[in-house]
Amino acid sequence: MSETVNLKERAAAYQDNTKDIQKRIIVCAGTGCMAGGAMKIIARFEELIKAQNLKVTLVIDKHEDGIHVSSSGCQGFCQMGPLVTVYPGKIMYCKVKPEDVEEIINTSVLQDGVVERLVFTQKSTGKAYPHKDDVPFYKNQHRMVLAKCGNIDPHDINEYIAAGGYAQAEKALQMKPEAICALIMDSGLKGRGGGGFPTGRKWDLTRINESDKKYIICNGDEGDPGAFMDRSVMEGNPHSVIEGMMIAALAIGADEGYVYVRAEYPLAVKRIRAAVESATAAGILGEKMFGKGKPFTVTVMEGAGAFVCGEETALIASVEGKRGMPTPKPPYPAQKGLFGKPTVINNVETLASVPIVMEMGPENFKKLGTTTASGTKTFAVTGHVVNTGLIEVPFGTTLRQIVYNIAGGVTDENGNVSPDGFKAVQIGGPSGGCLTKEHLDLPLDYQNLTSIGAMVGSGGLVVMNQNTCMVEIARFFMEFTQNESCGKCVVCREGTKQMLDILTDITQGRATMEQLDLLEELAGVVKTASLCGLGKTAPNPVLSTLKYFRDEYIEHIVNKRCPAGQCQALKEYRIDPDKCIGCGACARKCPVGAISGERKQPHVIDAKVCIKCGACKDTCKFGAVLV
Amino acid sequence: MISVQNILAFEKAGQIIEKYGYNKAKLIPILQEIQNEYRYLPEELMVYVATMLGTTSSQVYGVASFYSYFTLKLKGKYIIKVCDGTACHVKKSMHIRDAVRSYLKLENGQDTTPDLLFTVETVSCLGACGLAPAMTVNDEVHGLLTDEAAIAVIKDIQEKEKEQASHE
Repeated sequence: MSETVNLKERAAAYQDNTKDIQKRIIVCAGTGCMAGGAMKIIARFEELIKAQNLKVTLVIDKHEDGIHVSSSGCQGFCQMGPLVTVYPGKIMYCKVKPEDVEEIINTSVLQDGVVERLVFTQKSTGKAYPHKDDVPFYKNQHRMVLAKCGNIDPHDINEYIAAGGYAQAEKALQMKPEAICALIMDSGLKGRGGGGFPTGRKWDLTRINESDKKYIICNGDEGDPGAFMDRSVMEGNPHSVIEGMMIAALAIGADEGYVYVRAEYPLAVKRIRAAVESATAAGILGEKMFGKGKPFTVTVMEGAGAFVCGEETALIASVEGKRGMPTPKPPYPAQKGLFGKPTVINNVETLASVPIVMEMGPENFKKLGTTTASGTKTFAVTGHVVNTGLIEVPFGTTLRQIVYNIAGGVTDENGNVSPDGFKAVQIGGPSGGCLTKEHLDLPLDYQNLTSIGAMVGSGGLVVMNQNTCMVEIARFFMEFTQNESCGKCVVCREGTKQMLDILTDITQGRATMEQLDLLEELAGVVKTASLCGLGKTAPNPVLSTLKYFRDEYIEHIVNKRCPAGQCQALKEYRIDPDKCIGCGACARKCPVGAISGERKQPHVIDAKVCIKCGACKDTCKFGAVLV
Repeated sequence: MISVQNILAFEKAGQIIEKYGYNKAKLIPILQEIQNEYRYLPEELMVYVATMLGTTSSQVYGVASFYSYFTLKLKGKYIIKVCDGTACHVKKSMHIRDAVRSYLKLENGQDTTPDLLFTVETVSCLGACGLAPAMTVNDEVHGLLTDEAAIAVIKDIQEKEKEQASHE
């Protein structure tokens, strides 16, 4: 294992092994496409190509000249999955089923044609986009961290090396630690996990602390509901995370690294574990980095399901085998972290950005984004939009560009485009806030978002249409944080509980205006007095919905009415006498016997007895039950 | 009570602890592996782990009860996790959970079917937001669900189980 690793040789060997490959088929095997049957599609390709007496290869370990079928990480266009791309030509097919494989082989693999019916077609214009790069979803993005996700096989370290991978870590080996820190500081790279602390500064603060032992931890405990960018990076390009960790280790003088991954991400755990194993087997990690440098080993640890572990100090406790509870800072992890030693904790996306910064150089990296936030940011766009998925754009991109140009616009309850449907976007999950119509043209970066009471957070963007109740959304997030509050500090534990109770009262029509004042007061206390980030940010969704949708709160309290018609307890069910034919189906279904009427005569619902379960509405075939 | 069965049951746990070098810091991975083996963390095993690692049983219990991954009750063979992340929530995933629960005839406060075949849980986010609403059955993701589609998934498993039982 002490042999020196020669990246150039490995890259050349890979190029040589693949130079006679005629066609390459890449099937997206991110969590989304896997659920859509991606593995069956790969198996079908293999089977049918073999049946044509052609050579098919899944693993490149020697010279091959047939057709290469491989899986990739998440390509982000989850709504249209499973995705199949045929190279050269980069023809992308959407929503592929195993039955379609034969046609793709006949048209695009054996010949150079295009299966028109499977290429992406823009609904609004009817225009088809066979080339992957032309699809508006991709064309309007700037993919750097995600660039290789979907273009390379995450299982094959050689392909990563052939694409220039690990070259930056090797370069860092020749650099002085302070020079690496300075370079990252110059680039303006900030933490992508939420807080936005300058990465180079964090490294430098750890570097200057003398210690016999230092650690680097990769925070892959992506717990925000509605966010999945870190998962996709770990699944799609795990080696870039490891390379980022190596550079960080060299910068601070660490010899041991941990990757802490959420247990809810089994595929990410598997892929990053495999990547660590192959990097170790290749001699890139281990006793001597690249067989010539300092020692660096990486351990992958599965989290055990606690949102609070996304907080640095809680995460450290968890890696040490304790309950994941935060501790007061200072001391910061840079001084006393894992096992009491100086430790750097960086988010997955931050670490995956590091090799890119090194490759581009800080000047070029700074050209992207805004003056206060350089580079790009990945966002998980979900909710009521046409194209849900994972995107990457430079900082400073506006919400309008994301929602309308990339995500294809807002949808209604039935998934149809609804031009005036936009109501709000929740950014940054349970720690973030909501953005409304007036923010559609606000350039997104750390400063701008903080100034309006939201935050970049990890980058979850949940788009909500007019049928969403903002009070219910605030209650939903409060329920989440209340559940995840670790219980260590009283204000967070009890404060979130009381806030949740008030929000529940509001959505059930029991609250008073005094309670609304109390809710605001509590929000202020929890925000100021909580120990860690979880509590400090927990009131954000409440505060921002109160700021922009106060009238909705008041409507719930004063008129006992939910303007969006979503709050179950405030719904009033009644029967439209014009539509009711008196079949009695609803009366038989009603669990409390609240519906009465003569046969073949319009029925009525007794509002006093009704428990608002909605069974009558689901039963009625004539749409006569109104809410 | 120590029976022959119990001693055999502890043996696997012992191997797992040994693999991690009796290291207290590895408590979480140790418990994870033990739970994968036994499907839950019985009290006697937690005491055993504490003794082997030279820590207190309250420490072990503290960790086991803190993290939602760990369960102190025996769960079903198939664990259904219905996602209630933001994206799934706005697409009414709780309606799907209720449909699944009522299909499996689960009473309030009951999460596991009496035949120990299914456990229904809610998770905060599976990260499959692009496929909302989504659920997983033993880590296999099913997305873009409707009530009917979710129940169909369960029916399939029930059929498969019936078939297997008839072969045995």
